[in-house]
Amino acid sequence: MNQRPMTARQLGLCACHTCGLLSKWERGHVDLTCPRCRSHLHLRKPDSIARTWAFLIASYLLFLPANLLPIMHTNSLFGAQSDTIMSGIVYLWVSGSWHLALVVFIASILVPSAKLLALTFLAVSVQKRSQWDPIQRTNMYRIVELVGRWSMLDIFVVSVLVALVQLQSLATIRAGHGAVAFGAVVVLTMFAAMEFDPRLIWDPQDDAS
Amino acid sequence: MGLSTLIACHECDLLQRRVPLAKAGVARCRRCDAVLYRGSSSEDLDRALAYTLGGLILFLIANAYPIVALEIQANRQAASLYDTVHALWIDGREDVSLLVAFTTLVTPSLEISLLLYLLIPLRFGRTPSETVAVLRFLQRVKPWSMMEVFLLGILVSLVKLEHLAHVEPGIALWAFGALIPILIAAAGAFNPEDIWTKIDQVA
Repeated sequence: MNQRPMTARQLGLCACHTCGLLSKWERGHVDLTCPRCRSHLHLRKPDSIARTWAFLIASYLLFLPANLLPIMHTNSLFGAQSDTIMSGIVYLWVSGSWHLALVVFIASILVPSAKLLALTFLAVSVQKRSQWDPIQRTNMYRIVELVGRWSMLDIFVVSVLVALVQLQSLATIRAGHGAVAFGAVVVLTMFAAMEFDPRLIWDPQDDAS
Repeated sequence: MGLSTLIACHECDLLQRRVPLAKAGVARCRRCDAVLYRGSSSEDLDRALAYTLGGLILFLIANAYPIVALEIQANRQAASLYDTVHALWIDGREDVSLLVAFTTLVTPSLEISLLLYLLIPLRFGRTPSETVAVLRFLQRVKPWSMMEVFLLGILVSLVKLEHLAHVEPGIALWAFGALIPILIAAAGAFNPEDIWTKIDQVA
């Protein structure tokens, strides 16, 4: 290409979210569908920022209960015990499995909080039409999308433990309220990342050029 | 201007010209480095089908046998994947139970069966009638299939229980271990771009 690089939007084209086919974008036409796969066409994901914020705020609200409420209750001959996410990590650490403690810490504490902060930063920067390093921000978005699912780790650990440790008088493990809140945080932040449209990061720069 | 010779990056919207790629080649956006499309080869379909069939067999084994068994003082308790969902439900945690069922049972089995629904007819040169809807659905559902996270979850719980009791890995655990690389290989060989081009040629 000899000319200046252009985006699809600048040329009045839009790419289908599902199959990638380019179509002509008609302003004011609400019900455009892709001629190939019949998906609805949008220039950008509809209400991307508003929806991202909605899921983010809901995640923030549940973040505290997810970390403060116990995710499981253990009843055994040695007594009853309730574990939050953090106390489960501490238990792994002191019992000598520091490498697993690290894995669980990264998946359950570091990833969810870093994900919330990163998505908040991206949403704010897009809303303010910031032109700061779009490559850096696009990479940030990719990492958020890639690692989010690993936060489900603790939910699966609890579900395996609950199923295995049902030895009537000897020991039982039950899931706590924290597990519900934590699962909800993981799902909500995944939705938040899905609603965010990374092309919005590039739009201010393209409009300026 | 033929629109099909152009492609817009799905992450930064930059318009670029499509070029034919050698097999195993990857086209990346020159501005943001996102993967735009991959080169295809005639064996792709065969490989994708083989891996998916292998995945189906391993998935069935992973569901039919216990993942781990636990032994404390002659009390033995074994749990399969379904048992983990069931135990949470009985425990009164229906919401968490549904979340686990959705991410480890429903989504992976839908993914495998829908891939087979597409790949088997395509292998014999026919395009299944619901191809478009199925491709769209597969794309939506993909992030929610969390078998590899579940495998890590099993390993963490094994270590946690090691201090309390004697734990015995079951057949399903090995099946899970083999299932994850095979699902990744199937996803790598499955190239939706090829199917879209086929649909274009038919239309």
